[in-house]
Amino acid sequence: MNEQQQTLWGFMFQQSDKLLNQTLQHLGLTFISLLFAIAIGLPLGILIARKRKLSSSILGIAGILQTVPSIALLGFMIPVLGIGAKPAIVALLIYALLPIIRNMYTGIIGIDRYIIESARALGMSKIQILFKVELPLAMPVILAGIRTATVINVGVATLASYIAAGGLGEFIFGGISLNNTNMILAGAIPAALLAIILDSLLSIIQKMDFKKLRKVLYVFPILIIVLSAFYILPSAYGSKLTAGFTPEFMGRQDGDLGLKSEYGLKIHTIVISDAVMYKAAYLKELDVISGYSTDGRLKAFDLKILKDDKGIFPPYYAAPIVRAGSLKKFPELEKVLNLLSGKITDSIMTDLNYKTDYLHESPEKVAKDFLIKNSLYKNPRNGKDGMVRIGSKIFGEQYILAEMYSMLIKGNTDYTVSTKTGLGGTKICFDALVNDQIDFYPEYTGTGLLVLLQPNPKLSKEIAHDKTRTYNYVSSEFKKKYGIKWLKAIGFNNSYALMMRQKQSKLLNVNTITDLKNYLDKN
Amino acid sequence: MIELKSVSKSFGNTQAVKQISFKVNEKENLVLLGTSGCGKTTTLKMINRLIEPDSGEIIINDEDITNQNPEILRRGIGYVMQNIGLFPHYNIAENISVVPKLLKWDKEKTDQRIIDLIKKLHLPASCLKMFPHELSGGQQQRVGLARALVTDPAILLMDEPFGALDNVTRASIQAEFKALEELKRKTIVMVTHDVQEAFELADRVCLMDQGEIIQIGTPKDLLYNPINDFARKFLDGQRLTLEFKVVTIDDVWSYLSSDKISTEEKPLLSSSNVWDAMEKIRSVSKGKVQISNQHNEIKSVDFQQLTQAFNRYKYNNRHE
Ligand SMILES: Nc1ncnc2c1ncn2[C@@H]1O[C@H](COP(=O)(O)OP(=O)(O)O)[C@@H](O)[C@H]1O
Ligand SMILES: [Mg+2]
Repeated sequence: MNEQQQTLWGFMFQQSDKLLNQTLQHLGLTFISLLFAIAIGLPLGILIARKRKLSSSILGIAGILQTVPSIALLGFMIPVLGIGAKPAIVALLIYALLPIIRNMYTGIIGIDRYIIESARALGMSKIQILFKVELPLAMPVILAGIRTATVINVGVATLASYIAAGGLGEFIFGGISLNNTNMILAGAIPAALLAIILDSLLSIIQKMDFKKLRKVLYVFPILIIVLSAFYILPSAYGSKLTAGFTPEFMGRQDGDLGLKSEYGLKIHTIVISDAVMYKAAYLKELDVISGYSTDGRLKAFDLKILKDDKGIFPPYYAAPIVRAGSLKKFPELEKVLNLLSGKITDSIMTDLNYKTDYLHESPEKVAKDFLIKNSLYKNPRNGKDGMVRIGSKIFGEQYILAEMYSMLIKGNTDYTVSTKTGLGGTKICFDALVNDQIDFYPEYTGTGLLVLLQPNPKLSKEIAHDKTRTYNYVSSEFKKKYGIKWLKAIGFNNSYALMMRQKQSKLLNVNTITDLKNYLDKN
Repeated sequence: MIELKSVSKSFGNTQAVKQISFKVNEKENLVLLGTSGCGKTTTLKMINRLIEPDSGEIIINDEDITNQNPEILRRGIGYVMQNIGLFPHYNIAENISVVPKLLKWDKEKTDQRIIDLIKKLHLPASCLKMFPHELSGGQQQRVGLARALVTDPAILLMDEPFGALDNVTRASIQAEFKALEELKRKTIVMVTHDVQEAFELADRVCLMDQGEIIQIGTPKDLLYNPINDFARKFLDGQRLTLEFKVVTIDDVWSYLSSDKISTEEKPLLSSSNVWDAMEKIRSVSKGKVQISNQHNEIKSVDFQQLTQAFNRYKYNNRHE
């Protein structure tokens, strides 16, 4: 524990520049969107307090907008607003809108009507009543809404890093992908602290009586504007190519670090989530991305893999990894899981992924079609011989594999199956396996070596590029360390790959990573 | 002078006010009296355009009020309401100075006026910096009155101004209200459902029922010449008390014996009503008070003499 803390402080200290930068970006992002949300929400709230008939529809729309999952919302925005600051601000604004409109509205309609009547009777105009009576009296309620919106924004702003808008999410999601607890904490702790501090500051203001509140209210808008200014919009992307890399890729020796050291690649890079990266490349928001070689979107968005001519991306052969205990408990399991071995090549996997990701077929249908085509499908036996728990990470390929295994088990054994799909990143999935929450999930040799085992750099460099040596090493180490068995590899290699749009690749005559470097150096 | 000509107002299917007409003379106090829901408040609010009538005309000082900007009209008319409606986020001084600020009075003039006014209304100067919730109900109502009076408007509208107060506080504020010099110069329209209050404060009473005027007249008119059964029954429950209140010592003067004794104590004026004289007699230990009329004649009266005189007055006037 002590050591852990030491290294966390160490990490934060070492990365203090980045941490400060991310924290300021995070604050800025939170408040700039809050500012816009206030600018839109308060007038809307006032409007519906005047025209009550509109209230249910406007509050309804704001409510629905708020229930759109954040990642989906960010995804929708890319075609319209691109990536980076603009869509992030708009998305945050949308989440902040409901509490602000609603509280403005309830704040005003909650005012004792005799007070408004007496203001009218004294001869105040509508504007005077609004600014001198209604707004001050509704202020505690309005502030409560702003407080809620702020806390929501601090939370949702962590997702901004998915679309290259920065913030503490860069550490959090980078850390999750890289299985680096210190990195996760270095992002999560400041984010949580920001939420707590802002919440308590606003709660103090909210509880002030009218006397004190008056003074604070002059300072408040200025403060919001100053905080917004922390978010200096990411500078316009230069005339040359722009790369979008996932947080995971950014932090890895077999990723961005390797590109720099082995190829000497210098490219303007922004951090972005896997979920929106391909589309952003397709829409020409990005020129080079760090994708996966079997990803269906490769086909869907007409992208081309640049050849890794210096071989820095290690092989990532997929294989089910199973708890030793589970193999004992379910004696037939190993044989059944190995049925898939050697059946799926790179191009088959890309095609299957294309069907789910782009044609929107369900993973279940894609899995079943494939099994039937390969005469592996059998009707479920509906046995009752214990339940096998299958895990999967949160992307398409893993869902398909999980479905295939589920059907194979049901058809060939008397076990029942429960699937826990969508277990976030590698770390979450692996922890679930170690802690006996699942019995097996499909893992990749490269991930097992470089993310989970993390042997010393010299050893990993030596074996990482050899398919067989990597497999043998992870097999024996996993057995020793965790009591987990690697079954036979499925066949395909889902490694990292740099990709460009086919057209652009042709136009610039860039086919390998070295070509890319040369092109960038020349221009 | 205020004049309403065939004024009507409906809310949906409720006809709140039906074809009402009346005049309020300069410096007169007209009280709108009637049970709850009979349209008093609606009538009052139409006078300062808080409610716009559906039809009819309202004329103040020879001008139709629909030709005036409603906000400017309201700034020139004091308004006091049952729920007081003080601004909770303003301190007392700020609450009172709302209208002076709207009228762009300079600060010194406003401050001076506020200090004078709160003295007259028996409010402590220390309350000016306090907020409404720190004051008692009676004090808040005085502040509400101060707010309406601060710019010395010629017209004052009051909607059940004492309705929210407990009986003791109400009685004392009513008494102060009657004695307040400022108010004697004003044209006042006041709303109440309390017959006693109406008789206590009104020059004329306008008795209303279901949006219509039943009878307008002095308290005495209402009491001794009710226009119909409704008017008679409305007062029946409290008839005796009301009579004591409308009959003055001047009315019964001739029925009082003149056993004159001179003392140093200040005599009661004969313009007082019988009720007040009885209260006075009850409060002194001798059980006798001296009363002087406008010819400076003084009579000494006890409870029994006063009741006898009152009864003889009533008997002789029964056919009026
Ligand atoms: N804003 C309003 N909307 C609908 N009905 C109203 C409104 N104001 C008053 N009324 C109705 O009009 C009638 C007269 O009300 P009001 O003038 O307040 O009576 P009062 O002051 O004599 O108690 C009542 O029946 C009341 O319910
Ligand atoms: Mg009323």
